[in-house]
Amino acid sequence: MNDTLKKTPLYDVHLGLGAKMVPFAEYEMPVQYPTGITAEHRAVRATAGLFDVSHMGEFLIHGPQALDLVQRVSVNDAAGLTVGQCQYSAMCAEDGGVRDDVVVYHMADHYMMVVNASRRDQDWAWLEEHAQGLEVTLEDCSDGTGLLALQGPRAQEILDPLTKLSLDDIAYYHFAEGTVAGFAATISRTGYTGEDGFELYVAEEDTVAVWNTVLEQGEGLGLLPTGLGARDSLRLEMGFALYGSELDEEHTPLAGRLGWLVKMDKGDFSGRDALVRQREEGGHDRLVGIRLTERGFPRPGYPIVHDGHVVGSVTSGTVSPSLGYGIALGYVPAGLVSPDTEVGVRIRDKVVPGVVVRLPFYTEGSVRR
Amino acid sequence: MSEIPEGLRYTEEHEYLTATDESGVYQIGITDYAQGELGDVVYVELPTVGESFEKKATFGTIEAVKAVSDLFCPVAGEIVAVNESLDDDPSLVNSDPYGAGWMLRLRVGDQATVDALLDAAAYKALVGE
Repeated sequence: MNDTLKKTPLYDVHLGLGAKMVPFAEYEMPVQYPTGITAEHRAVRATAGLFDVSHMGEFLIHGPQALDLVQRVSVNDAAGLTVGQCQYSAMCAEDGGVRDDVVVYHMADHYMMVVNASRRDQDWAWLEEHAQGLEVTLEDCSDGTGLLALQGPRAQEILDPLTKLSLDDIAYYHFAEGTVAGFAATISRTGYTGEDGFELYVAEEDTVAVWNTVLEQGEGLGLLPTGLGARDSLRLEMGFALYGSELDEEHTPLAGRLGWLVKMDKGDFSGRDALVRQREEGGHDRLVGIRLTERGFPRPGYPIVHDGHVVGSVTSGTVSPSLGYGIALGYVPAGLVSPDTEVGVRIRDKVVPGVVVRLPFYTEGSVRR
Repeated sequence: MSEIPEGLRYTEEHEYLTATDESGVYQIGITDYAQGELGDVVYVELPTVGESFEKKATFGTIEAVKAVSDLFCPVAGEIVAVNESLDDDPSLVNSDPYGAGWMLRLRVGDQATVDALLDAAAYKALVGE
């Protein structure tokens, strides 16, 4: 494969497990293992799956004005975060377009921002730009950090024997620093699947050992190594947006179902004026979930049709492994966003009927909110 | 390494033909290599019995998690049976492509068109295995 693609610390381990590797955000990543995407998807819903997401970027923000920088670039309000708490957010351009979706961690004496691999360079430049005049130091830890996501209803049962931390004390969107299998780790009760689970930040050189120990621990409990294919169908069943599919600089968080993140009254931040204006004016396209009511596989780019007119296009779609029918996300005009609105998806020469539904598509997840 | 049984005929579009008990009737499906490349099959759209197809005409589509592909008729013929169990369980194409995951039975007029297709060795060379 392409020699210019980057590899995570687990590259050889994936090959050893028989993974199919694909280019993703400049990395060569496992899309599936021999069990296949459907089996991996089901394992995460029923028991657990282990994902390598080491391609994600981690930036540390040190210094007395670290919070000020976070507040400038992030639409959510980080002021109320306690040490050990993290928060989903977005970074916006001045015109309100989404530059990235991120998770902000309040560590003991600094903040950590976890960013999408595909946006790492742009995000770094953006932070540097906004750090000017502030007493902060930025550190890019992405290359030195491995990240594993252990997701599924049995995640805690698998992780518990490997750490001295009391996992019950780590609430959803909280984290603690400790060890996993004897290696230093930040254990975060977060994920992208709708299931309970943990994301484990470890040193690059410990990543293989932690991965292997967790997989061994999950043997007999139904744990499978799981790839990007299952990660995508799992997040899609939850209606979670993916940067580059649903989210981009052409769409604001208000349009992309992330309005709940935007805290207009926290003080100024990049994009605020534009977002205030958009909220007042309304009338903009919005991201919706569509359920197909007849057989069909909606794929990205397929037209969304209402009353014989193309009104949008699918940003992500699949046949839900959990639900058995076609599901899609896509932007439609403001008048078509109410649940039960009839919209179809044109699949090759045929419009397959469907309806707008409330998200998530899948409501049985084990996530502890 | 995918399974490429001897004695079958293959196409460059990764379909196979295998003889049935009835003379002139061939069973058609996609190869083990093809199902591996496609990934988990979600739907298979097949024609109805009695339809006729020319060589390389599209007789259906296969929707897998990763991609959708057209299915091409390897030789000219008339459909005498379709595998209806794929409606309920399309994953048979993944688990048993040469057996329970078959797609069509085709009555072929001209035996020479079958003989002209790839044999196992030629198909193996095509897929680089």
